[in-house]
Amino acid sequence: MRVTADLVAHVAALARLRLGPEEAEAYRRHLEALLEYVRVVETVDVTGVEPSPYPFEIALPLREDVPVPPLPREEILRNAPARTDEFFLVPKVIEGKGS
Amino acid sequence: MSVLPTIGLEVHVQLATETKLFCGCPTTFAAPPNTAVCPVCAGFPGVLPVLNRRAVELAIRTALGLGCEILPRTKFDRKNYFYPDLPKDYQISQYDLPFSRNGRLEVDIPHGPGGGTKVVRITRAHVEEDAGKSLHDRRPAETCVDLNRCGVPLMEIVSEPDLESPDEAHAYLAELKRLLLALGVSDCTMEEGSLRCDANVSVRPAGTTALGTKVEVKNLNTFKGVKRALEHEIARQSAALARGERIAQETRLWDEGRGVTAPMRSKEEAHDYRYFPEPDLPALEVPRAWVEEARRALPESPRARRGRFVSAHGLPASDAAVLTEEPAVADFFEALAREIGEAKAAANWVMGEMLARAKDAPGGFRALRVTPAAVGDLHRRVRGGAISANQAKEVLAEMAATGRAAAEVIAARGLAQVSDEATLAGAVASVLAENPGSVADYRAGKGAKAIGFLMGRIMKATGGRANPNRAREILEAELRGRAGA
Ligand SMILES: [Zn+2]
Repeated sequence: MRVTADLVAHVAALARLRLGPEEAEAYRRHLEALLEYVRVVETVDVTGVEPSPYPFEIALPLREDVPVPPLPREEILRNAPARTDEFFLVPKVIEGKGS
Repeated sequence: MSVLPTIGLEVHVQLATETKLFCGCPTTFAAPPNTAVCPVCAGFPGVLPVLNRRAVELAIRTALGLGCEILPRTKFDRKNYFYPDLPKDYQISQYDLPFSRNGRLEVDIPHGPGGGTKVVRITRAHVEEDAGKSLHDRRPAETCVDLNRCGVPLMEIVSEPDLESPDEAHAYLAELKRLLLALGVSDCTMEEGSLRCDANVSVRPAGTTALGTKVEVKNLNTFKGVKRALEHEIARQSAALARGERIAQETRLWDEGRGVTAPMRSKEEAHDYRYFPEPDLPALEVPRAWVEEARRALPESPRARRGRFVSAHGLPASDAAVLTEEPAVADFFEALAREIGEAKAAANWVMGEMLARAKDAPGGFRALRVTPAAVGDLHRRVRGGAISANQAKEVLAEMAATGRAAAEVIAARGLAQVSDEATLAGAVASVLAENPGSVADYRAGKGAKAIGFLMGRIMKATGGRANPNRAREILEAELRGRAGA
């Protein structure tokens, strides 16, 4: 599959990455090689094989619905670059969220 | 131009767990900001999510209640987007192997051409985590972020576009809420964000079959808001069609204050969520035994219960509807009906004084401190003439507030009704002696006026405790006797 410079720019924008021209070209080649590899994998006959989203056949562990103490607020907020006593602070956002 | 709307709803409902979906932080509503947060739900590096067993049980019950097929194997996926209240930069949700799908909800549509019963198909119901909360109005230049809601378990219930008017959408939401309450899987309080709704709306000219362009409307936070937003959006799309314009496929936000929808300003790519399997969680093999156990424990649906209240208890449909809004109310009614053996009287107790009290009580109906047995006891005292129906309202209010028994409240308030013949006759005699003018009025043919006045005096003389029916009989007999003399 051909990976175009536009596609790289789109994916970078989605991931909030700022790429210089050389970086963009390097990633374009990486992505192309990656998709080429997938194309090879796709030639394997998997008729009758269940898709496996997880590499190991292990059961999903569950936990009981019992509260444990959260982290003290001071600890949660400690690494925040901007904060008040109660909140994280970010530059003003006006739009609704994605979900 | 006459248009037909097509509406599908996506409802997010908070599952009633003690802790979050993937960590042990409590889900307490209105905890102080950022006090129910841990490294897992704050998205610190190196942490791992562990699924809450209770959330799985509630999801199974919800799916079964909606008549969904539960997938034997379900998995979680990452939905990627950037927003300040989503600290991981992805939401753990479900994409191609949702928890359940292909369900249905039967909805009674009250009025209009579509009136009657409608089956709304449920596309899917899946489990996902909530994001945090952004507060934009607290500070002039910054947005405040509270992560308490991050990781709170939600079920997203997606309907097929089977709804054809804002009224139908409202009826669907109301029935869904009743069902979720009956299943006990959620508190469904829209104010606390435990029930939220997005809508997909399109319109097409009447007489055509191809669906119009779908517009997603977000931010519908009240039942009334859903209806108003849909009415507005349908009118907006109809007007655009009438002008010969094309409807843009877009996401719009409902502005409840201004009563309009407006397009979100994000670029199209903001909605490219790049779902991929959550590498930190293996697929969940849903235990068949759990599903079968949950199926056996499934309660009667509110709709079936409504029907039974009419057919088995002989209640009017309007009473049945009021009584089945909340399972606690319906349960109380049924217990009280058994207790006193009269369904209509039981309905009146519950729908009258008890629901009025529940409206003011902070914890709602369930916070009222009376049992069906206690109300049954009060009911028998009214029937036996110990207190009047009016007094019983006061008594019930105090019983509900304090948890005291009827006898205790009646005694403490000195309310016991006087039905004793000699006492009432004495009261009548003295009132007649004090009011010769009224006796004269009676003789002059102004009976109704005289009796009304004298009854007022008798009630006053007995501190309101005279059994009014008995007192009236004695008074009338006495007046007749005097008139004849
Ligand atoms: Zn947590």
